[in-house]
Amino acid sequence: MKTKIIAAMGTALAIALGSGAASAGPTLNAVKQKGFVQCGVNTGLPGFSNPDSQGNWTGLDVDFCRAVAAAIFGDAKAVRFTPLSAQQRFTALQSGEIDILSRNTTWTLTRDTSLGLNFAPTTFYDGQGFMVPKALGVSSAAELSGATVCVQPGTTTELNLADYFRAKGMQFQPVVIESFDEVNAAFFSGRCDVYTTDASGMASIRSTLAPNPDDYIILPELISKEPLGPAVRHGDDEFYDIVKWTVYATIEAEEKGVNSGNVDEMLKSQDPTIQRLLGSNPGVGQALGLDEKWAYNVIKTVGNYGEIFERNVGVKTALKLERGPNALWTNGGLMYAMPVR
Amino acid sequence: MAPQAPRRSLINDPNVRAIFFQILVLGGVVLLGWYLVSNVLENLARQNIATGFSFLDREASFAIGETMIPYSPASSYSQALLVGFLNTIKVAVLGIILATILGTIIGIARLSTNFLVAKLASIYVEVIRNVPVLLQLFFWYAVISESLPGPRQALNPVTGVFLSNRGMKFPGLGDDPAWTWVGVALLAAIAGVWLLARWARKRQEATGQQFPVMLGSIGLLLGLPLLAWLAGGAPTQLDIPELQGFNFRGGINISPEFAALLLGLVIYTASFIAEIVRSGIKAVNWGQTEAASALGLHRGEVLRLVVLPQALRIIVPPTTSQYLNLTKNSSLAVAIGYPDLVSVANTTLNQTGQAIEAVSIMMAVYLTISLGISLFMNWYNTRIALVER
Repeated sequence: MKTKIIAAMGTALAIALGSGAASAGPTLNAVKQKGFVQCGVNTGLPGFSNPDSQGNWTGLDVDFCRAVAAAIFGDAKAVRFTPLSAQQRFTALQSGEIDILSRNTTWTLTRDTSLGLNFAPTTFYDGQGFMVPKALGVSSAAELSGATVCVQPGTTTELNLADYFRAKGMQFQPVVIESFDEVNAAFFSGRCDVYTTDASGMASIRSTLAPNPDDYIILPELISKEPLGPAVRHGDDEFYDIVKWTVYATIEAEEKGVNSGNVDEMLKSQDPTIQRLLGSNPGVGQALGLDEKWAYNVIKTVGNYGEIFERNVGVKTALKLERGPNALWTNGGLMYAMPVR
Repeated sequence: MAPQAPRRSLINDPNVRAIFFQILVLGGVVLLGWYLVSNVLENLARQNIATGFSFLDREASFAIGETMIPYSPASSYSQALLVGFLNTIKVAVLGIILATILGTIIGIARLSTNFLVAKLASIYVEVIRNVPVLLQLFFWYAVISESLPGPRQALNPVTGVFLSNRGMKFPGLGDDPAWTWVGVALLAAIAGVWLLARWARKRQEATGQQFPVMLGSIGLLLGLPLLAWLAGGAPTQLDIPELQGFNFRGGINISPEFAALLLGLVIYTASFIAEIVRSGIKAVNWGQTEAASALGLHRGEVLRLVVLPQALRIIVPPTTSQYLNLTKNSSLAVAIGYPDLVSVANTTLNQTGQAIEAVSIMMAVYLTISLGISLFMNWYNTRIALVER
């Protein structure tokens, strides 16, 4: 697409010209000077980052940007959003156009190393799945040999798909369409037998876009691990620490039963862990170069991890997702905060 | 005494000034380029981002829907980019040929004395060239994928031909060496036709006698391949598509993505070529037509022998631009899922994160294709140009 080439050229030029600003000083200083955090998000994925009719961004990825803003400024509104396509996202972060990339980005080895990114703790454990029309009579991904598969380009999704069929010795025909709307239309018109993307995204597509959601089933197999979380530029440890510990603070808060409703009472808690977390026993905030109330502000204005999850993607939302692997480690999930001390 | 040239200071010498400023501009451009490149390299190194083209040898590990050469996810990125390049060339070459034919017909139709034909042609031109080509691609893609049934309910107009939203399947030639020889014979026949036409023209110029070139050509084109086919044992085995599992197997397939892209590009570009053809014909003096008619030529002959050769000199240069546009517009394929160069290079860019390298490959390839078309058309233009005596 011509506009894509132009966009790619633009971002390439941004690397060429723009980075001077990013290298001027640590990201935290630049952020404080600006007075807000610049956050790269998805252009529209219900439950993760989606603008509502007033133009307010909502979603799980969005809330973690707000949490970082709350940790730095004590104000969850001190954040601006840059909607990014899968193609633009890394260059935008590398060139200093954004401070945090919070856009359902999978943590992989090459991205962590040769792309120059640092990943904060995973905020959503996902896996890639398959959706098919019920009329096909398919009940397992193992029966998909010879199928035509609709997929969006430029993500790990495309690679996992090829890997899965290769490993099983099965054939498939990919239909790779860049536009989110067009790829959905292609699947629902029957151009493909199968739709593949992250299971959470697929639940969102089925519930919000399918002409009749009951006509489609999501197959039980998850073919990949997709740990999604915020990423920052490599080489700025101070800012990386802040993003990392902001995520941990929300998990720790849930584990300790601290939420946006009871956080003020919890200030009087006798539990030394809660005292350290909320800053009534100072030291932690200073270590991060932030106000001692940093975690208090995060929990007060954005909530703990459980609240963020239930508000955006939980069983009461359109996505209807169970906690599953995203439950606390104490409940058999993978959410585990390093000790805040 | 001979008048002496007035002494002028160097500052006022226009030649010196011109050279000075050109050196200044060139120096500026070189400096800017050097600044950009060194800044990029420095920034990339500081951010620990790998650079260079070594990623081209690594395994691509993604699949591509349509390939003209063998390709699997185990192939390298360079192989993947080659697949994308060939797909771009395929749609560009076919698109240019079909758009030229359609555009010429519409352009001539617009000048027709038949009211209906002329009006229909002008409606076509005005509607098509005023709608963005991307929308037209979406339109054709939607028409094909929404209006055709699934593979199990595929339309079957003729035995062995199936139309579904997976594309058009028709029987291919079975695996037999004889078909290669038929192909070679066809190429030989084409060369023969060219030689025959040349000889016939020379003979007519020398002796005034005409030779039935058309009949001879048809005989050559049909006869030679037929002989080769018979000599090869007359194989009748065909590779007929069959519904197996989710989709058809065997035969030849035209995918909906390719069909939509080709259709969209040809119909769009033809509307511009039609206008170029019309203006070219209009530019030929009406007296030429009258003179040719006075010689007793038929209307078809007037057009073919007198008007078009003169119009061609006006038509060729702007048509070159349309060919370039068509080729570059083929990069819109990524929007409807045809795996062209941009689509493959975008995926490569995203998997490797090598934005600068991937974009420079795309730019270099399109530049090469465009310059190639341009050079060929310029050569053709010089060949048909008016030879002044």
